[in-house]
Amino acid sequence: MANYKLQINGRSYETETEADTPLLWVLRDHLGLVGTKYGCGIAQCGACTVHLNGNAVRSCSLPVSAVGTKKITTIEGLSAHGDHPVQAAWHEVDVAQCGYCQAGQIMTASALLAKNPTPTAEQIDNAMNGNICRCGTYHRIHEAITLASSKMK
Amino acid sequence: METLTKTNRRDFLKLAAVAGGGLFLGFHWNSAEASAMEVIGADAMAEGTINFNSYLSISPENVITIFSPNPELGQNIKTSFPMIVAEELDADWTKVKVVQAALDSKKYERQLTGGSGAIPHSWERLRKAGATARQMLIEAAAQKWNIASASLTTDNGFVIHQESGRRWHYGELATEASALPVPSDVKLKDKKDFKIIGTAIHNVDNQEMITGKPLYGLDFYREGMLHAMIQRPLAFGMKIKSVDSAAAKAMPGISDVVVFKNNVAVVGKSTWQVNKARKLLKIEYEAEGAIESTADHDRLFKELLESKATTVRRKDGDVDTAFKNAAKVISREYQCPFLPHNPMEPMNFFAHVREDGVELVGPTQTPEMARGEVAKLLNMAPDKITLELTRLGGGFGRRLKADYVLEAAELSSLIKAPVKVIWTREDEMTGGSYRPAVRYRFEAALDKEGNMIGYKLRGVGINSGNCTREDNFPSGAVDHLLIDSIEHKSPITTGAWRAPITNFLAFAEQAFIDEVAAAAGKDPIQFRLSLLDKAKQSPVGAVKYGIDRMKTVIQLAAEKSNWGTKKDVSQGFSVYFSHRSYVAQVAEVVMVNGKPVIQKIIAAADCGVVVNLSGAYQQVRGGIVDGLGHALYSNITFKEGVPEQKNFNSYRLIRMKEIPEVDVHFVNNGIDPTGLGEPALPPTGGAVANALFKATGKRLYHQPFSKQEEMKGVNLGDRL
Repeated sequence: MANYKLQINGRSYETETEADTPLLWVLRDHLGLVGTKYGCGIAQCGACTVHLNGNAVRSCSLPVSAVGTKKITTIEGLSAHGDHPVQAAWHEVDVAQCGYCQAGQIMTASALLAKNPTPTAEQIDNAMNGNICRCGTYHRIHEAITLASSKMK
Repeated sequence: METLTKTNRRDFLKLAAVAGGGLFLGFHWNSAEASAMEVIGADAMAEGTINFNSYLSISPENVITIFSPNPELGQNIKTSFPMIVAEELDADWTKVKVVQAALDSKKYERQLTGGSGAIPHSWERLRKAGATARQMLIEAAAQKWNIASASLTTDNGFVIHQESGRRWHYGELATEASALPVPSDVKLKDKKDFKIIGTAIHNVDNQEMITGKPLYGLDFYREGMLHAMIQRPLAFGMKIKSVDSAAAKAMPGISDVVVFKNNVAVVGKSTWQVNKARKLLKIEYEAEGAIESTADHDRLFKELLESKATTVRRKDGDVDTAFKNAAKVISREYQCPFLPHNPMEPMNFFAHVREDGVELVGPTQTPEMARGEVAKLLNMAPDKITLELTRLGGGFGRRLKADYVLEAAELSSLIKAPVKVIWTREDEMTGGSYRPAVRYRFEAALDKEGNMIGYKLRGVGINSGNCTREDNFPSGAVDHLLIDSIEHKSPITTGAWRAPITNFLAFAEQAFIDEVAAAAGKDPIQFRLSLLDKAKQSPVGAVKYGIDRMKTVIQLAAEKSNWGTKKDVSQGFSVYFSHRSYVAQVAEVVMVNGKPVIQKIIAAADCGVVVNLSGAYQQVRGGIVDGLGHALYSNITFKEGVPEQKNFNSYRLIRMKEIPEVDVHFVNNGIDPTGLGEPALPPTGGAVANALFKATGKRLYHQPFSKQEEMKGVNLGDRL
């Protein structure tokens, strides 16, 4: 067991846990940030996506000991009032069905747009291909990213 | 519009009562009679003697609250149920609050999500509830102002007196309305006057979902709650021989290792600790049933197709003579693999078993059944058990079973502590309850003119029950027909998987019909239409599908896809009736560098009245993506009882890059809703296989397509 100080959503958190605990379970079990979802545990589905210094990473496969001082953003901290352009577009396009994967989809999409505010359709496909949606809302995810991109210009 | 996501019935009642006045109506989903509605007074609320299972309240402040009792798993009923009530109430949608039910009524009927039945089942009751409240509000205004109620109308949450131009919002009238008798006969709106139904209304939980609020079972945490994972036998047909849990127990955070039934539960303080400790379990298993491999099933299927011990499901005319006299006979076999459901949220449930009662919290498609089974297991009266439903992170049929609820309850009773049991993805994929594997043989007899005079279908399924749908098309359209089935009992557990049986049967049938049409020298659409004409003009035996509704979707899909007129595009057709609704699809494939690319799917759906256009459109598109993905990529195989695919690195689900364009068209026929959660999925495999045949000349008989010899060297899902 060791003590970890984490920078999450602009706040400092402290937790006692084993070094190999994935960030996902620290967020969910230790810190009560359950917006980040468990889907596969092997970085294949993207449900657990968070930002680490602005990069989309799979928190299920990132040991807490590897986080260091890097800044973590989870879905809860993407915007203060749930109105990040990507979230607003998700609402406007009415993307979600069951909704379980959408936090991960939104985190991947927002990381993409932060780096490339005007992605091509193919760039969207490439960035989003690691995120599975079992309900099959891919068309709307794609549409919402395009919409968010147009509003961020 | 506002939504409350987590509440139990007591909170809801409190919420409605806090209003201090207003109108509070209780009604039953299990009765379409308006007389079964009742105004609920403050006394009844305080005493908790209320025994309705649904509510509608209007507060003096004009807040309308509607109780949405079905489990929400992405089919969007939490939005569409209230839309129906609000429509007949003539309410202002922006003033409507939606509350999810907890299960604590004695008499829930159909608090269940499955079979595409939520909307068809509740349609009339929801409408009557809204209409009853509306009529009471009109009556209240009439009495208050001494005006004839016939001179009053409603609009957008107001009762209006046209003559004088006066108007009152519903909240102003709600308290007076509550003193009136509940009318027994209310008039429903003419469907052409619908203002909310048929529009695209955003999901009421959008904001919670996109901001990561704790909505799902897996998100449920309770102070002092333990976490648990369960090791189930690695192979189907095995049982525990011995367990050495010393190493697991010695791990940090682990409080207990409990063996029950064929399970070894590791209990501890956190998910990760439990997950790590579980890997240190040393469990020996021994065979208790047949240990089967996929190769055994392949052999078995072929043997059983020759069996004489089948169950006849439907028999019309004399197939033997028809086949003897046929000018041409076509015989083909189709085989489908086992599939896990893989909802993105894995199985999980919270249980707290105490001496005096049980608290259950989690995601289930069948809360009433789950509670009943837990009651039986613990030998406890069902009314001592509460079940709070969370939002479901997908279901696809998996959460129709209560196995994972029972496990949690049994574990909690053994460790005498509150516990949340969670399944890993590997547990999900290796834990059984699969879509059954089935093999079909179809045979058709054609006469000299290319008319189908004989039709045979035999299905062999593993734990599949009746793996045919004997009264579906083309039954009724063929003079001589025989449909029979046989089941093999296996230790590999199976269950309902979105569009049970038809999710594969539709592909096989529609691919076969395509081949028969080709053998008859006829256009595949014309061939189907003439069969339907025959069923209409001279039906053979019972016809249990709507011939005209099926023809309409066929024609709409043909029209919207410009069937048969596109250059360099290979079109494949499919149509299927399932769960009361009709969907036709045209898949379009183009050849790029000598390889087929699935470019587009056009769907025409008849589900009766479309309640929420946004939800319905996505339900069809999502169903098609689901049907396509599994037809192309997915299967579970077994080696000596052990599932060989365990996670998304070896089990392929469709991803964004692989989806074709999908166009959806609805038939607007004003028929009461007939359901949409499943019917869009079954036709997709057939449409795609038929289009791939046109493009490549290769027929596909087995799923997943991408793993068949015929598609070797083709990366199905590649885009242009």
